[in-house]
Formats: sequence, structure tokens, C-alpha cells
Amino acid sequence: MNMDDFRFTEEHEWVYMEDGVAVMGISDYACEELGDIVFVELPEVGDAVQQKDAIGTIEAVKTVADLFSPVSGEVVEVNGDIVDDPGLIKESPFEEGWFLKIKAEDGSELDDMLDFKQYKEFIGK
Amino acid sequence: MSRTIFEKGASGKSGDYIHENDCPVDQEKLVIQRNTPMNLPRIGEQGVIRHFCELASRNYHIDKGIYPLGSCTMKYNPVVHEEIAGRGEFGGLHPEQDPADVQGALELMYNLQESLCEICGMDAFSLQPAAGAHGELTGMMIARAYFQDRGEERRTVLVPDSAHGTNPASVAICGFTPETIKSDSRGMIDPDLLREKVNGQTAVLMLTLPNTLGLFEKDLKEIIEIVHQAGALIYMDGANMNALMGIVRPGEAGVDIMHVNLHKTFSTPHGGGGPGSGPIGVLGHLADYLPVPRPVRKGQSYDLDFESEKSIGKIHSYYGNFNVFIKAYAYILRLGAEGLREVSENAVINANYLMNLVKKNFTVKYPGPCMHEFVASSDPLREYGVKTLDVAKRLLDLGVHAPTVYFPLIVSEALMIEPVETEKKETLDQFASLLERVATEAAEDPQVLKDAPVNTPVRRLDEVRAARNPDFRWSPDGNPAEES
Repeated sequence: MNMDDFRFTEEHEWVYMEDGVAVMGISDYACEELGDIVFVELPEVGDAVQQKDAIGTIEAVKTVADLFSPVSGEVVEVNGDIVDDPGLIKESPFEEGWFLKIKAEDGSELDDMLDFKQYKEFIGK
Repeated sequence: MSRTIFEKGASGKSGDYIHENDCPVDQEKLVIQRNTPMNLPRIGEQGVIRHFCELASRNYHIDKGIYPLGSCTMKYNPVVHEEIAGRGEFGGLHPEQDPADVQGALELMYNLQESLCEICGMDAFSLQPAAGAHGELTGMMIARAYFQDRGEERRTVLVPDSAHGTNPASVAICGFTPETIKSDSRGMIDPDLLREKVNGQTAVLMLTLPNTLGLFEKDLKEIIEIVHQAGALIYMDGANMNALMGIVRPGEAGVDIMHVNLHKTFSTPHGGGGPGSGPIGVLGHLADYLPVPRPVRKGQSYDLDFESEKSIGKIHSYYGNFNVFIKAYAYILRLGAEGLREVSENAVINANYLMNLVKKNFTVKYPGPCMHEFVASSDPLREYGVKTLDVAKRLLDLGVHAPTVYFPLIVSEALMIEPVETEKKETLDQFASLLERVATEAAEDPQVLKDAPVNTPVRRLDEVRAARNPDFRWSPDGNPAEES
């Protein structure tokens, strides 16, 4: 994937669209801030989610963070690999460490999000 | 003529308390008899004593040095309170005893309730909750019963992001929906933002006061007005009451429900898993909802009142953790009104003194006077690749307990420091100089921090493995014990 296709939320989630399906995960910055991730709890395939709702949790050694849905729609795929091996998220946050695929009701929700450059400015990098 | 004591003994018998059973037993019917002997350590009394003394010497505790865990209030607890609580007159009581036979115990509970009412400005207290989070849950149950009684459907409880972490959990367990309110640049609640959030769905605003940044809400009066105008209640998490005793009476400010932590503010050692005590206080309009039974005074005597139609019922076996009440009552009587105020003043002065020393090397995102604790950040050490965890581990090397780290979540690389009122200036100076030393090491030789701790019985632990594959059981062959 080209980083130009990624959009970011202020909660440090990334998302890009692939044939009407939003693929999402968390940024490398989020991984760095969280420290070592030990468990992730994800919604199930078929669950309806609303944008900005807490839909899962990320448990790190030092804290537990909510996972927010970047879009509204239906969960069509979850990444079981990161549940079995949460270390994968930090190793490959933008590829193998993806979290969910959500069939988006309205792809325009991405329009208001930050692009890669804006996100880097947001986190001060 | 009865036999002499020499005749009652017989050869082959010993003076042991437990003797070998000499009743006939059908061995075949002993179906639950174990097949293998229990694996108990075989060691003499002196060996046992030395073993536990060695473990105790490895431990770190408040009797050894400063224990500045923010939010935890690890203060020194006078030994005399333990002695009073351990007296046979208290320890020998049974909760099933008739109230007429335990008048002293009931008087103590009644007087403690009354004292807490006076200290907090509330109209009634229940001593039943076993700890702070239990008090929060009880408070939420009271709020739920209150709105049900009024036929009001209110689902939301507003919780600032500077609250104790247990607050939203207590809310959710009680069936309400917690909604976060973001703190403003002062680290406080912005009344305008609160106005936007409060509506007919709002049941409660749950306020940790002072909040976890160690700050007192400057707009408290306005905040309470906004919430009350919407018909909602104010709950105060009073776990930090040790900053306010004798200075602020939350009930007089309009707080409807609150809890205090006897095991933090009122002198019961804690941190080892309890027992604690988190009494819950309410204003008059909510008194009928308190848990039963309630110790009451009838003329010159005391009784337990089980009658209250509106009560949320029982939330603890019997009357709560009585042993903790004794220590709290002893503490309150010993210090008196002036002494309690001095405790809070000293806690606040100590925290401000230490904050000003720590500011030299660490940032304090929300400066200005703090209450009993403050939150510093290791952000300035980031450029050396050092994190708060490294700072904390290095402090262990230097022989002190680390502060609370990574809490509250709204401060990056947080170090939450609560020196408490029982520490002297000399100790605060020493602790600050250790923090300064760590900051200097971070700049000059960050690897020292990365390798820390090296002086502790165990080095840095693999926390990921500890969380994912915990192994708690010792086994003789040294392998992780099999799940049975």
C-alpha cells in the first residue's frame, strides 16, 4: 500500500478503502506510545459498528486503550494473527498488523480524516 | 475414688494435641483418601523464621522508606491503632452476637459514621463498602434506585478523563453508560463543555476531587449548579479526601453522594490486598437508599436498623470490615478536628515542595499549586531514548519505591507522585535528589537506566511473557507446573 492512501484519526488509527471495505489498524506512533501489547480484543465478524464507538480494547503492559471504529458499517474480517501474536502489531503496524476490515456504509467518512502528512504534523514528527 | 493423673497416662501415649486415632475404620470405604503424601517443606522452626525474615528483608515497605505511589496514599500508620484493633474486646466479637451484648462495637460504628458526616458535610454514612471501588458501585446503585423511584430514565454517567480508573468501571457494572469528559488545558473540567454534555439522560457526574492530576476543580460551584439544574446528581470519589480534611466539606458544596477510603485517609495499612473500607455518604434526600443494617442510637443505647423500604439492601456480609473501623475511629479521635486539618495541610505542602524540586528535571504539564499529589513527566528524557519505565526501574536500584507510572493516561510518560503528610523535608529532599541523579544519568549514560534494576533481587522482568504466560506455581523439577 502507498502511504498516500492511508487516512488517520486523532486516536491514532489508520484506515484505507479497498473496494468499499475499510481496512484499519493502529499507527506505529500508537504502538510506540503503548509499549508492548499483550492482548487485543476485537469485535466479531458480522458486528455492526458506528464511527467513533469503542469496539475493542488494546491491552499493553502499561495501559489498556480503547479501539475506536473509524467508520460505520459491518465487520467483515478480523485479523486473528494479531490476537494470537500481538507482537505482530508493532512489527508491522501498517501491513500484517492490521486489525479489522469493515464494510463501510459511507466511504466519505474518510474525507474529514488526516492524511499521512497531516498526521505526522499532528504527532509532531 | 478417681484415678491419679499418673494412672490416666499410659505408655505409648504422648502429650501431643492431636493423637493417633484409635477408632476402627473401614479402609476400603476411604474413597477420598489421598494416594500420595502432601509435599510439605520439611524444615525446623528456626529455618522457617530465617526464611521469612529473609523474604521480609527483600521487601520494600513504608517502614523502610518513602513510598510515593501517587493515588495510593502510602502513609505511615501508627502502631497503636493496630494494638487497639487487636484487643480481645474487639477481636473476640462475633457478628451474630445480640446487639445488646455488643453495645461498645455499635457505639464505635455509630460514632465513626457521625464523625465522617461531620468531616465530609454529609447527612448519613454507611460503613459497609469494603473498598473504594465498592463504595463507587454502592453510590451508583443508590443513584439508580433514586431515579427509579422518581420514574426517571437516566442512562448516562459523565466521568472526566482525570478520574480514577475504577470510576467508569463502577458505572458500567451498575448498568449506566459512562461518558468521558475531556479535561481542558488547566487539567480541569471546562464548565462550557460540561453544559454541552449534560442533558435529560444524565444521571450523575462522577467527580474525583482533587482529581488524579492532584488539582482541585476551580469551577466546582458552577459545575455542581450545571449538574443539579439538569436534575442529575453529583458523586464525589473521595479517595483523595486526605487533601481536604478540615478544609472542604463536600456535602456543603452540594455533593450528593461520596465515598472515602478509610484504608488510605484514615490509617489502615493497605496495598497487600486488604481488608479496606470505603464508606459511602449521602445528603438527606438519599439517606433512605443506604445499605442496611445501619447502626442507630436509641436514647442511651445502640441498635441495628434493618428497616428501610427504599434501601438498596445489603452489600457486604454483616456490617463491613469492622477491624478497619476501629483504626479509623482511633485515628480521628487521636487527631481531632485540628489534627485532621493539619494532616491535609501537611500533605498539600509536602506535595508542592516536592513538585518544585522535581520540576527542575521533569516537566509538570499542569503546574501551579497542587493538592496532595502531582503528575510529572519524563518527556524531557525522551531525547536520550529514556522512558518513564526506565526512570522507575532505576529508582528501585537507588533503594526507593518508584512513583505510580503511566497514570493518569492524559499525561504522557507520567510519574504520579504523592509524598504524603508523614514524610519529613529531609526525606523529600533525598527523594528529589535521587530523581535528579536519574535525570543526569539519562543524559550522560542512558544505558544505566535501560539496564536497571541491577541491585534488586530480580532484574527487569519480561512483562509481556508475564502477562501472556503467567506461571505462578513452584514445582520441584523447576518446570512450569502443569495445569490441573
